[in-house]
Amino acid sequence: MKKTLMKGNIALCEGAIAAGCKAYFGYPITPQNEVPAHMSKRMPELGLVFLQAESEVAAINMVLGASATGVRVMTSSSSPGVSLKQEGISYLVGCELPAVIVNVQRGGPGLGNISGSQADYFQATKGGGHGDYRMIVLAPSSVQDMYDHTMLAFDLADKYRTPVMLLADGVVGQMMEPLMLNKYIPAATGDRSWVLDGARGREPRSVKSLLMAEGALERHNLELRKKFDLIEANETRIETKNTDDAEIIIVAFGISARVAYSTMRALRAAGKKIGVARPVTLWPFPQKTISELAKPGRKFLVAEMNMGQMVEDVRLAVNGKCPVEFYGRPGGGLVNQEEMIERINKM
Amino acid sequence: MSKLSLSAFTRIKNNMQTELIIAGSGGQGVLFAGTLLAQAAVEENKETTWFPSYGAEIRGGTANSTVVVSDEEIGSPVVNSFSALIALNEQSLDKFLPKAKPGAVIIVNSSLVNKKVDRSDVKAYYVPASEIADKQINDIRAANLVALGAYLKASGILKLSSAKQACDILFAERAKLIPLNQQALELGYNSCRQG
Repeated sequence: MKKTLMKGNIALCEGAIAAGCKAYFGYPITPQNEVPAHMSKRMPELGLVFLQAESEVAAINMVLGASATGVRVMTSSSSPGVSLKQEGISYLVGCELPAVIVNVQRGGPGLGNISGSQADYFQATKGGGHGDYRMIVLAPSSVQDMYDHTMLAFDLADKYRTPVMLLADGVVGQMMEPLMLNKYIPAATGDRSWVLDGARGREPRSVKSLLMAEGALERHNLELRKKFDLIEANETRIETKNTDDAEIIIVAFGISARVAYSTMRALRAAGKKIGVARPVTLWPFPQKTISELAKPGRKFLVAEMNMGQMVEDVRLAVNGKCPVEFYGRPGGGLVNQEEMIERINKM
Repeated sequence: MSKLSLSAFTRIKNNMQTELIIAGSGGQGVLFAGTLLAQAAVEENKETTWFPSYGAEIRGGTANSTVVVSDEEIGSPVVNSFSALIALNEQSLDKFLPKAKPGAVIIVNSSLVNKKVDRSDVKAYYVPASEIADKQINDIRAANLVALGAYLKASGILKLSSAKQACDILFAERAKLIPLNQQALELGYNSCRQG
């Protein structure tokens, strides 16, 4: 099969459609506008639902409503818009409803600018909404990932009845590169006994996050915790390259991981022992792998397009066994190879 | 850890990949010309990335696209220095010439740019792309592909036939535009002379 040249934002739409997304609700914001634009054309063509909501808050709550009826549903936005969705995300987790939420990150804080950024790591992985919850977060670093990870996100959301975030950024969203439009292989259908599809001939069901009865909320939270533990055990994903003999391991996700890989290739060609560890899931964070990589005599460089967010998780995993240094560019800046090489030369 | 000088690094990179910036004013088709080059790279099974200009671009404002073509996996699609530049207007030449690497191929649309390239360490080619498009194919909008055709000749990076194939793909739904665009590429290709 020949590769197709495609934008990251379009690839995620096609991944969603291939995975059986039945409804998309969104509200425009750069740098993810190709998503609602493309979905507004493709979804009606396929007899599916596209709806431009009046706000991001409305869109995420439409997602909640559609999800309760058992259909695969997605929303997308960029950083300021994703901040607005946080209440709804917390409700989705509380109600145990699957959904795919895409954040094509831009620079913040506030309206920031429209360039790519990775400054929403904390928001995505540490619970941007209220309550004691966790959310699966995937970090695509190529157009291929935008397609593949979106399909994976739908499967994980259904499997665990929980929202999954695709944490992309403006660079991966806006760039074009060739990808393989791999066929979607449907995952096993999970338990459907909760779906609100009309109570005729059966007992009514309810989907809610308000649990006022004595002990009900704590029991619910403990059940959710079991689920999060299961996800941590089964779904942690990380990609490593050239780590065996590495003196320095660059840890980076998303667009920064591409720069890490090209830096590694350039420095390896010059005889420098550099490896890369690229978390694919940001939650669950690949704590165990990073911890195992932390061997005496080795150093870590964490590279992110923010002022230092994932570096905290890397330091927890390394637990003082090796030095962990940081190279970052905050909102408005992009990590680049020249600077990464300079930074490594100083280590 | 011992240092690898930046110049040594640049040499390594130059052997592996080409970074082209196509710049002009909004409406000159710089995004499309970049897309066509990236599609031509796909036709030759090369790795490629395309990245659009950023900012609140409007018709008449500045616009650009960056295309990286490589035999290997590509790092960032956003690059700080270029091994090739297509400048469709004078502003673009002023803005991006300082970011050209030594040895870079510079295609200047001499119909709209009145100055010469003031660097001796790059290879400049002057192509009256707008005039060729206007007079020879009666459509000034094709100046972007005339300039791209010239770049293909000057750089040898991809075959003209691959770019023509890319036209077949990108204009699949507007097939009547294919001959005109292929002609623009060919005219540019044949008009390219260093000077």
